[in-house]
Parts: sequence; structure tokens; C-alpha cells
Amino acid sequence: MISGQLALLISDYLIWSLTLIGGATLLLGLRNRLQRERWRMILSRPPAMAAFILLLVYLLIALLDSTHFRPLEIRQTGDPATSSKQYGTTEISLLDLLLNRIRLTDERSYSAPLALYGYSKEQVVTTTGNRRDYPRLKYGGAHVTDPANRNRDLLTRGSRGFGIALLILLPVFLLYRLMVRASRLSENNPRIAWAAAFATLAGLVLIGAVGYQLAGPYHLLGTDKVGQDVLYLGLKSIRTGMLIGVLTLLVMLPFALILGTAAGYFGGRIDDAVQYLYTTLSSIPGVLLIAAAVLSVNLYLDQNLTEVASLQQRADLRLLLLTAILGLTGWIGLCRLLRAESLKLRELDYVTAARAFGVADVRILIRHLLPNLGHLVLITVVIDFSGLVLAEAVLSYVGVGVDPSMISWGNMINSARLELAREPLVWWSLATAFALMFTLVLCANLFADAVRDALDPRLRGRQ
Amino acid sequence: MTAYLLRRLLYSAPILLGVNLITFSLFFIVNSPDDMAHKHLGDKRVTTEMVEKWKQDHGYDRPLIYADDRRGIARFSDTLFARHSLRLFLLDFGRADDGRDIGADIRQRMGPSLAIAIPHLLIGLLVYITVSLILTFFRATYIDFIGVFTAVALMSISAMFYIIAGQFLLGKLLHLTPISGYLGGLDGFRFLVTPVLVGLIAGLGSSVRWYRTLFLEEIEKDYIRSARARGLGESGVLFRHLLRNALIPILTGVVVIIPTLFMGSLITESFFSIPGLGSYTIDAIQAQDFAIVRAMVFLGALLYIGGLILTDLSYVLVDPRVRLE
Repeated sequence: MISGQLALLISDYLIWSLTLIGGATLLLGLRNRLQRERWRMILSRPPAMAAFILLLVYLLIALLDSTHFRPLEIRQTGDPATSSKQYGTTEISLLDLLLNRIRLTDERSYSAPLALYGYSKEQVVTTTGNRRDYPRLKYGGAHVTDPANRNRDLLTRGSRGFGIALLILLPVFLLYRLMVRASRLSENNPRIAWAAAFATLAGLVLIGAVGYQLAGPYHLLGTDKVGQDVLYLGLKSIRTGMLIGVLTLLVMLPFALILGTAAGYFGGRIDDAVQYLYTTLSSIPGVLLIAAAVLSVNLYLDQNLTEVASLQQRADLRLLLLTAILGLTGWIGLCRLLRAESLKLRELDYVTAARAFGVADVRILIRHLLPNLGHLVLITVVIDFSGLVLAEAVLSYVGVGVDPSMISWGNMINSARLELAREPLVWWSLATAFALMFTLVLCANLFADAVRDALDPRLRGRQ
Repeated sequence: MTAYLLRRLLYSAPILLGVNLITFSLFFIVNSPDDMAHKHLGDKRVTTEMVEKWKQDHGYDRPLIYADDRRGIARFSDTLFARHSLRLFLLDFGRADDGRDIGADIRQRMGPSLAIAIPHLLIGLLVYITVSLILTFFRATYIDFIGVFTAVALMSISAMFYIIAGQFLLGKLLHLTPISGYLGGLDGFRFLVTPVLVGLIAGLGSSVRWYRTLFLEEIEKDYIRSARARGLGESGVLFRHLLRNALIPILTGVVVIIPTLFMGSLITESFFSIPGLGSYTIDAIQAQDFAIVRAMVFLGALLYIGGLILTDLSYVLVDPRVRLE
């Protein structure tokens, strides 16, 4: 049994509370027939369904990785009187705990995926004396006694994983048939794309089971320059990417909502002021504004904040500041949309009626305008999310991204891109980072398309 | 028309002032000049005199906005804001931390940036419009569906992947072009091939999707229907009627970015080590040279506003219904 002391970072609190609030709103919304119908429309499209499931998996990994605690460490000194139990000084997450078998198996340097030997030659001590050769890895394939047997071992483990996957998928398949039958019986139209859901789940379970069989004993995706398992780094980066996307949206939403609706609804001076503000901000090239803000904030932190506790908390603070800056520079697009829409809405009869009845402005804004802006907000949020995930990599490359000590796709790409010049090629770090990032962004884009088609009344009936 | 232009120019002054205020507060209020001095002098054994000396050398030894001890206009002109921020209005960019003249650097580096940006823009327009017209021609068929899906997939790939893959494929594997570098004149052509090509492919997804939406919006209009009713073939409808009308939003979208082409692309230039303004900016960011970053922010804003004004003008030129009053 593993015990520890919960030690959540600020970003952990934020992402958990956001997920809980978002999930609750979603579930409550499903009681509304119209909302249910919209969700049905979204999930009736096979690509959107597959994307939705994959996004949930990413979110689950991010949440697991956002549950930090300090593990209980037992210091044994031989004498039971002086052995003590004590909470460790570094926080690890539930994901770290689950991934212990690839987290704690650092090699010395690069090694190719599923390799038994290191990437470059070193002095190797053998019974016949020292010579320069490729060293056996400390952990990767350490159980293979005869290197010639590696492929057979891979095959056995792979097929064992395949078998396990089939065992898991059997009940899932029955459930799927049940769902299909239920949806045929019901009158609901369009039908939810259960086939796509099952196919996605099957793919995930297969990859997961085979991967689990291979990832412990081998380095499934190789190791990086300091010998860390690339698969572990890639999975850890999911939290960073998701956090950047989600928290930035959290920062930009209030600005866009309040300023956009106020400018559109009240017009006049307020409109002028808001327009001036966003024209000024948008006239600065995006990356430059972000870079300028991040640089000056970082310098301020370096000079004035030296007593922040752990390295991890410091990285966390920098991440939060980065999302704040991205949010402060990113609300303009949505604000413009909301302003234009509010301009239109305020002339509509029901708003005029509400005003004639003497309803207060704030109340009109909340009761009559906001519900009619929901679709714009949701569409923009989903579209912006994918852009933010991509932006993280670029910003980290420019040097104004997340803390260099933080595991992120941007940092992975950054440290691996120079290795392409090597012979033989070190491609696995880059490939892993790009593939995981691509999957997340593609899912977000596909889901965004479906959301837009379902929610945008202008597009209704055109499809 | 002239009156409109004048008003637009006047209106851009407060915006530029706002931009200046933002950078000023970022670089001088969030960070005091003392912080900057400490950063440049290193952390260990820095005396107050050294900090003062550094500030004096770089012209940072002045009050922020209002000088109490001066008389007359000097109360406002002999301040950091006037000397470092307002001066940008005169296109006087001052000196970088290493003493180089920023204005001269910018003039020198505009050329390489344009050498990448202009071919990218022109060839891009041609390719993107062609591809999206083809998709429009095949609308609501599997070709269209696959095309849109490919565009979404292409959009989802990080720009850095295209660059790294392009360098690797063209430069290292096929040995067709140099991996990176830049040379002026006609000889430098081979250095431009990979960056332009990579840029074209990187922009393909989003541009094609955007143009396709424009075309599809246009194709539902009445004039298209009447053209068909008159018995015009599909290609005639697409090229003679649809394209011409859809060119209005396309053109105005392009005109906005023309001035910002000078700024170059940040990551493309730095990956291909092209000595343009984009890599200049990145180097400045990485070296934390705030004077250059300030200058580039101001220049970017200036060019963006110029682009907006040009857009308004291009509306008048392209669309006879629009008049600027």
C-alpha cells in the first residue's frame, strides 16, 4: 500500500475545479431537451465521436498527472529505533506512480526504441578486458539473457498484450451491440456513432495492452539524451499541453465576455474604449507581445522572488503566469465576435421589451444576451484550444514558453531537434512529441468542427 | 478620400501611443532599470556604483515619466518615457545593449525577410486558391470530404514539424538544397527553396479551408444561380463569376498582411538561419535585449496599422460599391 500526503499545486486545484464545474454544467445541461439533441448531433458524426473519446483520455491522463502528493518514504538505517517514516520532499503525481516502471528506469543516454544496447559506443568491461562497444542497457531488455532472443521475446509479450486486449474488448463489444440495438429501437435521430466509439476504444485498448506489456521491460519509445524514457516524457507532457489550453481559456473568457457584451450592448463611450483597447493590443504581433510580457515577468520573478519553495512550484508559477499572459493577449478574437453579436441582439424585440418593462441592464445582459451568445463562446473556445497547444511548442522554442525544467512537448522538441544531424538518426523523441501533440490537436479540431456545425444556426440545414 | 485618410492617420496616433505605453510599462515599471542592470552585470558582487554606471551608459538614469528637478519642457522630455518610448515615433530606434544601431540593423535585415515572405505570399495565393477551387468544384463529394479532412489534419501539425521534416528530407536525405543559411543575390536562390516550400505546405491546411468556406458562401448567391440558368458551364461559373467576386475578401485579407511581411517569420528564419527581422527578434528575445524587442513591437504595430489603412483603400479599388467618406 502506498501512502502519502496530498500536495496539490495551484494548477492542480484549477484544472480539477474546472473539470468538475465543466462536467457538472454539462450533465445538468443534458436535462434540457435541446441540449441533449445538440450533443446527439455532435456525437452522431464518427470523427467527432472518436475525437471526443480521445480527448477524454487525454483529460484523464492530465487529471491523473494533476494529483500530486508527497510519498511516504521509509528510511532504514538497520536499527529499527532510528529508521523513520517521513514524507518525501518532492511531489509526484498519481500518473508518476502508475508509470513507475518507466519513470525510474533511467539509462545513461540515448537508446533506440526497444533496444538492448545504448546508442553510442562506450568503454565496456568484459571478461576478456576493456573494449569500446555499444553497452548493454541497464533496464531496457535487461531480462533478455541472449540478445538473439529479443525478437521472440518481443513477439511473446506483444501477443500476450493482444490476448489481454481481446479479453477486455469482449464485454465492451457486447455493450456496443447492446447500444446499437437500443439506438435502433429508439426514435432518436440522428443516431449516435457507436461504431466509431467502439473502434476508437478497441484501438486504444489494443495499443494500451500491447504497450503495457512492452513498456516496462523495454524502452518502448527509446530514451533521450539523459536517458529518460521517451514514452514517460511524452505522457507527462500531456498535462502541460492541456493546462496551457484550458487555463488560458479560463483567463480570457471573463475579459472577452464582459468587455465584448458591454461594448456591444451599451455602445457609446464604453464601446469606444473597448475598441481602442483591443485595436491597440491586436496591433502588436502576437508572439512579440507574449514574448515581451513573459520576458519582463520572468525577469521580475528572478529578481524579486527567490524564496519560492520547490523547483516544481516555481515551474508551476511560471506556467500559471504564462497562461495568464496568453489569456490577456488572446481574448480579442472572441471579444470582437461577442461585440458584433451583442450589437445585433440588443435591437431584437425581446430585448426592447425587457427594457420597456424596466428590467435592469445587467439583468438583461445575463438573462437575455448571455444565453444567446453561448454557441459563439463554445465554438471559439474549442477552436482556440488547439491553437494554444500548438503555440506552447513554438513559445518554448523561442524561449518564452514553460519553465525549461518542466516536461512539455515544446521542450522535448527543442532539446531533440539538433539530434537530427546525428548518424544514425535520433528520431524517436521528436516523433513521440509530434505524434502526441498531433493527436490532441487533430481531435480538438475535429471536435470543434462538429460543435460548430451543431451550434451555429447559420450552418443548419446546409450540411 | 484624402480627408478619410487623414482621419485614419490621426486615429492611429493614440493606438501607437497605447502600444508604447504597454511596452513601457512592461519594460520599465514591471522591471525597474535597476533589475535590468543587475541582470546584465550578473548577480555576484554588484555595487551600487556599478549599477548607476550601467544605467548611465545605457541612458536609463532618468525618472520614469516626470522629472521633478528639471525646468520647463525638460520636465517631460528628459524622462525614460520620452527618451526611450516616444522617440520611436520618429523612427529613431536607439541602440541595442551591445551598442549597435537598431535602425541600421532593421534596414539591413528587411531584405532577407522579404526574400522569403514575398515568394511565399505569391506562390501561396496561387496554389491555395487553385486547390480550394478544385475542392469547390467537387463540393459535397468524397473528394471534397477527403480534401477537407486532409486540410484539418495538415492544420493540426505543428509548424515546427514541417520545418524539421523539410530540412531533413530536402537537405539531408535528398541533398537537393542546403539545410540552412542565406546568400544575397541570385546565387542565394537555392537557400530560399526549402523555407518557401515548407512555408507553403505549412499554410496549406488552414488557407485552403478558409478559401473553400469563402467560395462556398459565394456559390449560394443569386448571381451564380442566374449564371447557371443562362447555361454557363461549371468552369465558367467558377472562374469568371465566383472567383472574381470571391477575390474581394481574399484580396483584402492579403493586403492586411503585406506590410507585416517585413517582420519576417520568427521560427522559419531562426530554423533556417536567415538573417532577417524574424531571427533578429528571436535573438533579441533569447538575449533579453529589451531595446530591440521594444523597437520590434513598435515597428510591428506601425506596419499592422499601415496594413489596415491599405485594406480600406483596396476595398475602394476592388469594389465599386464602397466609398470612403
